[in-house]
Amino acid sequence: MVLITRNTGVLIQGITGREGRFHTKLMLEYGTRILAGVTPGKGGLEVHGVPVYDTIHEALKHHPDISASIVFVPARFALDAVLEAISNGLKLIVVITEGIPLHDELLFVYYAKTRGTIIIGPNTPGIMVPGEAKLGIMPAHVFVKGRIGLVSRSGTLTYEVARELGKLGYGVSTVIGLGGDPITGLNFIEAYDLFMKDPDTDAVVLIGEIGGDAEERFAAYYSRLNRKKPVVAYVAGKTAPPGKRMGHAGAIISMGIGDYKSKRNSLERAGIPVADTPSQVPRLLSHVLG
Amino acid sequence: MRLYEYEAKEIVSKYGIPVPHGRIASTPVKAEEISRELGAVVVKAQVLVGRRGLAGGVLAAETPGEAREAASKLLGSSIRGFPVEMVLVEEKVCFEKEYYLSLTVDRSNRSYVFLVSPLGGVEIEELVREHPDKLLRIYFPVLTGYQPYMSRTAAKFLGLPREYWRDLHVIMQGMYRIMRDLDADLVEFNPLAYKCGGGLIALDAKITIDDNSLYRHPELAGKHGRELSPLEARAKELGFSYVELDGDIGVICNGAGLTMATMDMILYYGGKPANFLDIGGGASRDRVREAVKLVLSNPKVKVLLLNIFGGITRCDEVAWGVVEAFKESDRRIPVVVRMLGTNEEEGRRILEEHGYKVYTEADEAVRKAVELSRSER
Repeated sequence: MVLITRNTGVLIQGITGREGRFHTKLMLEYGTRILAGVTPGKGGLEVHGVPVYDTIHEALKHHPDISASIVFVPARFALDAVLEAISNGLKLIVVITEGIPLHDELLFVYYAKTRGTIIIGPNTPGIMVPGEAKLGIMPAHVFVKGRIGLVSRSGTLTYEVARELGKLGYGVSTVIGLGGDPITGLNFIEAYDLFMKDPDTDAVVLIGEIGGDAEERFAAYYSRLNRKKPVVAYVAGKTAPPGKRMGHAGAIISMGIGDYKSKRNSLERAGIPVADTPSQVPRLLSHVLG
Repeated sequence: MRLYEYEAKEIVSKYGIPVPHGRIASTPVKAEEISRELGAVVVKAQVLVGRRGLAGGVLAAETPGEAREAASKLLGSSIRGFPVEMVLVEEKVCFEKEYYLSLTVDRSNRSYVFLVSPLGGVEIEELVREHPDKLLRIYFPVLTGYQPYMSRTAAKFLGLPREYWRDLHVIMQGMYRIMRDLDADLVEFNPLAYKCGGGLIALDAKITIDDNSLYRHPELAGKHGRELSPLEARAKELGFSYVELDGDIGVICNGAGLTMATMDMILYYGGKPANFLDIGGGASRDRVREAVKLVLSNPKVKVLLLNIFGGITRCDEVAWGVVEAFKESDRRIPVVVRMLGTNEEEGRRILEEHGYKVYTEADEAVRKAVELSRSER
């Protein structure tokens, strides 16, 4: 398992909002160890039995075991919330919020690096270790416990691939949603390194999409490694026209960077098979796993 | 969101960056009048698409009469599908050299980056591809901001005479301030020119604003959506992510990645998608109904394909949305629905009771849609 276990103490930022409330319930049902929530001005309330505080500082005083947070606060307050979490020394922050200003993301992602904090997202379905814990909004039943690491820039497409994997009997060790924005806390290289060190992961499925050059950079990195775990990829957006934002803020071919062909060629040259459709992923995986 | 050239130039000149004298005209007579003040001019169509010059959107005029002619040629024409409603009439500038200079966000480095090249006038796509050795990248993190060494580095790379280093400093510092003040994600001068007899001037200017930051800029937010087609604008009002393409299979999915993957599968099985439409997470039946009606309003659509993987989105809500949309619309086209996940059985029951076939496997559904689009042709 990667980054979280059933013992990870979790804080919910924005716990009293509609989304925060709803997903707190689902995460509790899954077994995630949620210790506290924070919403400024709502200290003293309880949400599904979880105590709510006004500040992280106060939450930590009562629950020193908290090491991770998941952020549901609206986009315009996200910078403040994430900086509060970093400054209070949390080690893992999952930012679900979509639509955060680009320059705010640049600032908190940079600051997190200097403090050794890992950010997942923004605009991510989150992270989940089947059978252990879920810090996210993904439908839990889609992910069966197994030995494949799943790392993705997308949400529902990840569920689709996980389901296809299940049809051939492959389960998931950890699923990490990197997030659909141009700036994210983790990239494919960093996520792969986590899976490389994980004894529960035999192979990695990478789900990319058009925009940016994270897939190309991963391919270059992977081809230089001596010891490696097998990787299979799927990349969405072959039919996407340049200059148009395809839903995700990050899914745009701009300034000549980020088209499908470049990604596919780079990955294949690095020895990573690329599936034409999500349903081909498990077959390619069975080839590389022999 | 992209600004018009004339809007971008108004902004950059406020930050002390030199641009040619010029004014906006929406009639040929007005263009003639401006030219009478400025002498020889360049008449430039104001459209929110790139490579305007290649498409004949920039015309030179030596006399006021020629300016009027140029303006009447451009006004009312269309460039890459965009109607020209305004022209920018600018003094003609004599220049010796053209440079490329932009400031943008580098995603991989999670930093800002200045892009500098002595090959001005060439599109950045081509610079990246064909002349990587002629392109300098100066990265800097958000916490340090702009520093003068960046402009010295750029000046040396461009071979700019020392007496103009200070001017480049003012320009690059201004670009950084615009980037931060306006939440821009691109400030580009292509070209930035070296004038006959010396001095720098931005002959073209492009600024794009980060859409997620528009709430901080009410003065700009009203300009959002100008670059959209009528259907795209309608979709934006409804809160959908929608992009028009040129195929004949209408696509509705939940989630951007799944929507792109569905479009790609259509191509893989030999069809062509008519659009990208992501209904987002947790869409109600009303939203789904509006999404279906939107896609149906595109006359090019011959088959409708829905691919839904329910998580927060509930299949029964989607099913009602589809049924209600077709009750309210006169169009009768084949519909292929694939749905899975939350409340799947209920969704399937509703659709089957109304005579729709529901698929479980994406591949099967896409193949069916492609087959139907062929027989409808």
